[in-house]
Amino acid sequence: MKVDRRELYSGRLLLVLLMAITLVPFISMFTTALHPSGSVPQGIDWPADPQWGNFIDAFKVANMSALLFSSVFIVLLTVPISLVISTMAGFAIGYLRLPGSRWLLLLFVFGLTLPYEGIVTPLYFLERQIGILNTRFAIALPLIGLYMPFAVYWMRAHFVNMPPEISEAAQVDGAGTWDLFWLIHVPLARPPIASLGILMSVWTWNQFVLALVLVQDPTQRTAAGALGAFQGHYATDIPLLCAGSLLILLPTLVVFIAFQRNVIAALLQGSVKG
Amino acid sequence: MQAADTSMPENILNRPDAQTDDRQRRSWRTSPSRKVRRQTLLGWLFVLPALAIYALFVLLPLALTVQYSLYRWDGFNVPEWVGLSNYRTVLTDPDLLNTIFNAFRLIFFFSFIPVILGLVVASVIRRSSTGSLGNIARTVLFLPQVIPLVAAGIVWSVVLSLSGLANQILTAIGLEGITRAWLGDFDTALPAVGLIGTWVLLGLCTLLLLTGMTKIDPALYESARLDGAGAFREFLAITLPSLRQEIAVCVTVTVIAALRSFDIVYVTTGGGPGLATMVPGLDIYVLAFQARAVGVASALAVVLILLIVIIILPIQWLGRGNGE
Repeated sequence: MKVDRRELYSGRLLLVLLMAITLVPFISMFTTALHPSGSVPQGIDWPADPQWGNFIDAFKVANMSALLFSSVFIVLLTVPISLVISTMAGFAIGYLRLPGSRWLLLLFVFGLTLPYEGIVTPLYFLERQIGILNTRFAIALPLIGLYMPFAVYWMRAHFVNMPPEISEAAQVDGAGTWDLFWLIHVPLARPPIASLGILMSVWTWNQFVLALVLVQDPTQRTAAGALGAFQGHYATDIPLLCAGSLLILLPTLVVFIAFQRNVIAALLQGSVKG
Repeated sequence: MQAADTSMPENILNRPDAQTDDRQRRSWRTSPSRKVRRQTLLGWLFVLPALAIYALFVLLPLALTVQYSLYRWDGFNVPEWVGLSNYRTVLTDPDLLNTIFNAFRLIFFFSFIPVILGLVVASVIRRSSTGSLGNIARTVLFLPQVIPLVAAGIVWSVVLSLSGLANQILTAIGLEGITRAWLGDFDTALPAVGLIGTWVLLGLCTLLLLTGMTKIDPALYESARLDGAGAFREFLAITLPSLRQEIAVCVTVTVIAALRSFDIVYVTTGGGPGLATMVPGLDIYVLAFQARAVGVASALAVVLILLIVIIILPIQWLGRGNGE
């Protein structure tokens, strides 16, 4: 395609401008974080005497190590279980096509647009009753349930396109459905499972509403939930707030940059199918 | 493998019994009916764990929301049956109506601007930057989509504060007169919250639309050019119709994000000043856990859930309609 020079440059200019609008707020946060704790710095302003110690202070007051442990724990509790049970359900609905699977699919799809705020109130009373309120399970278990509509729909989309002949050859050898599932179908489904795993990890890490309502202690929450609590406590100390927020963001940024291709691809596919 | 693919038309889905017949025929040697029954039982065992946790932590709370919405309850004492009166409150109380109206105003910022701007940016990128700049831009523009919304809220509450970057820039270009605490001013708080949403969702829309554009057959553009179509005509005649599905996806995702907004509002304004930025998601939380009006909160939740479904269904239908 031939594009004239003027258009080429104006296009690049627009792109650079947009990237600046995306990044400049973070730069502003960074320079603010280096000002003396308790001061009120202006926009972007490199301090005469950068207070790198702010990051150490923030690490301590935000209880970063406990917080990271908690977030990782919740992700490791939520994502693998969600992957296994949604893959199994997607297999049964999309491949085994058990009678009534259309209705089952409809039942799951029904939950796709459900806002979490819509059920968080009864979840609170329900969890208070069964005694898991204020534990990490209070966040993880509802999340697994809330992921099912998307995850089952996603895995069913893969299995519905798998030709039945795949099983037939193995069935002749006397393998049961259970073996077929684990030995043949799961390995074949690795790409959609991996994308789904990335998606659900990002969603879990960033989950806020459930953490806010169902767990009081920030060190038992997800990263986003802890960040919200940190903001609540240090809203008046802006340099410390910026330092703490950047610290809590750091793991997300590192993982994103390391796996950017996969993460972007997964999130794009996720919104197309969702 | 190829033959297998074509032997599996989608319409089998519409006739679940066809598959059963097939299985029966295939394994007739080993007592068909018992085998089929075992298959079905096994299938249900595969679905059971997902179904159970979905029923317990989503469907049950959903039913409870509907139930709570018919009672007056403070969360502790005995609930009092009030019929549909909570719904009457939600649909007549000026504050609650304003809350719902705010969610619709946010659609302009969360959905309209990102989709329109995303279309412009994506067509510019497609025509001019495919090299390394395009790749870097992809990553950078996606950044707001990966970080927690809470973080986006904190970042922007610093930028938009009285001493923040926004006012610093305005002062630098001689617009000191309009500087203010953007999130604390009755007139600007809602647009300010909305623009944070724009910032979060623009990258996602741009990349989704860009992916769609790369699938358009270049020959279409060639022939349009031969007919003497300019860039704008080309955009209207080819790009826009071909992107129907992608646009529907963008609109769906962003409208849902606007209607169920919570994180950004909670962190930046808490619904204030006054109720200037109060949205249904946040109001459910405030009503249920601060005002102790669980019934009204639940009625608002039911209204919100229905609103989302009513608005999203036609968009989905339009997106698929002529797309296939």
